[in-house]
Amino acid sequence: MASRAGGKTAGRLVSVPPLLYLIAFFALPTLLMVVASFRSPGEFGGLAPLVGADGAIDLNLESYARFLGEPIYFQIFLKSVITAFLTTLTCLLLAYPLAMVIARSSKRRRDLMLLLVILPFWSNFLIRIYAWMIILGPQGALARAVDWLLSILGAEPVSLLFSPFAVLVCLVYVHLPFMVLPLYANLEKHDQALLDAAQDLGANGWQRFWRVTFPLSLPGVYAGAALVFIPALGIFAIPDILGGPNDTLIGNIIKQQFLETRDWPFGSVLSIMLTVAALALAALAAWIGRAGGARARRNGA
Amino acid sequence: MALLEIRGVVRRFGDFVAVDNVDIDINAGEFFTLLGPSGCGKTTLLRLIAGFDLPDEGRILLNGEDLAGKPPEQRPVRTVFQSYALFPHMTVEGNVAFPLKMAKVPAGEIAAKVAKALEDVRLRGFGQRLPHELSGGQKQRVAIARALITHPPLLLLDEPLAALDAKLREEMQMELISLQKEVGITFVYVTHDQTEALALSHRIAVMNMGKVEQIDEPSRIYNFPRSHFVADFIGHCNVLSGEVRDNAGGFVGIDVAGLGAVKIAAGPGSRSGDQAAFALRPEKVRLLGPDSPDKSDNHFSGAVQGILYMGDVTVYMVQTDAGARIETLLANSGPGHARSFEIGDRVQIGWAVDAGHFLER
Repeated sequence: MASRAGGKTAGRLVSVPPLLYLIAFFALPTLLMVVASFRSPGEFGGLAPLVGADGAIDLNLESYARFLGEPIYFQIFLKSVITAFLTTLTCLLLAYPLAMVIARSSKRRRDLMLLLVILPFWSNFLIRIYAWMIILGPQGALARAVDWLLSILGAEPVSLLFSPFAVLVCLVYVHLPFMVLPLYANLEKHDQALLDAAQDLGANGWQRFWRVTFPLSLPGVYAGAALVFIPALGIFAIPDILGGPNDTLIGNIIKQQFLETRDWPFGSVLSIMLTVAALALAALAAWIGRAGGARARRNGA
Repeated sequence: MALLEIRGVVRRFGDFVAVDNVDIDINAGEFFTLLGPSGCGKTTLLRLIAGFDLPDEGRILLNGEDLAGKPPEQRPVRTVFQSYALFPHMTVEGNVAFPLKMAKVPAGEIAAKVAKALEDVRLRGFGQRLPHELSGGQKQRVAIARALITHPPLLLLDEPLAALDAKLREEMQMELISLQKEVGITFVYVTHDQTEALALSHRIAVMNMGKVEQIDEPSRIYNFPRSHFVADFIGHCNVLSGEVRDNAGGFVGIDVAGLGAVKIAAGPGSRSGDQAAFALRPEKVRLLGPDSPDKSDNHFSGAVQGILYMGDVTVYMVQTDAGARIETLLANSGPGHARSFEIGDRVQIGWAVDAGHFLER
């Protein structure tokens, strides 16, 4: 008994550092942000004093009212969600075949391909975004090829750079490894005997994929989707650098509130809404996943 | 015409010949077993029949039709895998319904067929369970129900009982025998377990190093093994060899090292001067005390050198005075009877002229 009680104490002790970490770097900042969202903006930016000159505590809903009152913010939210969704979907469509090829390769080729997937992380994030400026720029081979093609078709040349297209391409490029890795980790564990069994029972190549491989890879799909969707939802650097004036996403607005407009309460409201939106979408996805899973259980597909 | 004809099938992996010119005919309704040690080519042969692998030479015909060029999903053959390979994300019903869906059976007919199939393998009420909620024996039965639901002409079973414990295995053997009789589907069963092969099969093909050593009924495989390998692999066996001395009246005398002259019933190719070998099952060797009068055609005296108590029987290793080691056994049928002799006891051993069996090679 003594040793079990001792084990329990040790277990609690071990969990103290991560708990402190979470409190210091997650719970406290979130709390600060929630409080800030109810405060007034300061005269020269930042926050007005919590306790006013008259001794009253200054907490109000003005920033929330502003968020709800101006439809532009909701529109930008919606655009950000759609952009993040398109990024996730494109990443999934590109990453799935790649992850499958890697998972089914020999050990040596597999290691090499995984290295290539991770390799972009070795250079700076901003440098990689600027690289896309050159690739998509008007002097780049790609833009010239597109313009040449358009001129043959008799259409006006277009600018690839500073467009929603450039933003999406770079979002997909940056987030692709986060989709490939969890998918690979899942697919690599699949039992070949299940595919043999499916084939033996009359399933052709597509049916084997759709009824066995894909449903079994769903945990990897969900993990990859979360790893891509959530960062893509809040990103500001890519639309800042590669997007046009109309390609502003919610991340840019939040950055603006804190760094340029210096309206911290409103920035806090936008951040909270972003967190709430991400959580709500995650909950929705989980609910759809569970309902779909139950249906698959019933139908056996 | 046989249901399945395997004609001169060869499969090589590099320099290694996994299946070496195999010819087998399997008849409709038969419970046929491919038996051999691991690496003998039996599983490769099974995969060739299922279509997961293609032969380098030879042909495999089902109902007279060559299966070459047909991928596994187009062969009317079903396999029960060693690991069962149940789809973990589908319920028992989903697993059993899978082949029906692949065969585009109308949705309305599926439920009734699945219910019937689960009934047949005594799994009624388990339809909504997931595979990980089943015991090993239950998974086994789901795998069999799934493989049989489209009534294939041929069912391949790849060591399906290997993962079960001994007691359950025996139960499942009984079930397999009655199931096969009930459904009348031809079973091709792969195992390395000779007792399982003897218990289940109508006929057995014993394989060694890619070649078929002998195809026969279980009792003939056991009593009349054709080769040294078969005699040794199936059950325990004393294999004795020596030069044929005389051949008269249907009997030959063989000069066996460590025994001297041994008289046995003549077999093919037992001319004077030939080297010959014969198999002698331990249970055919009589074991007697030193003073009992022995009237066996062949008898020798020696001493007990080793004892293995097996529960139902006790195995005695006897060394004859001239040096040969002969294995024999006694049933422990008396009450509390564990051993009749101790190590070092003087004993006599003997056997009838027809107890031994000539080996062809």
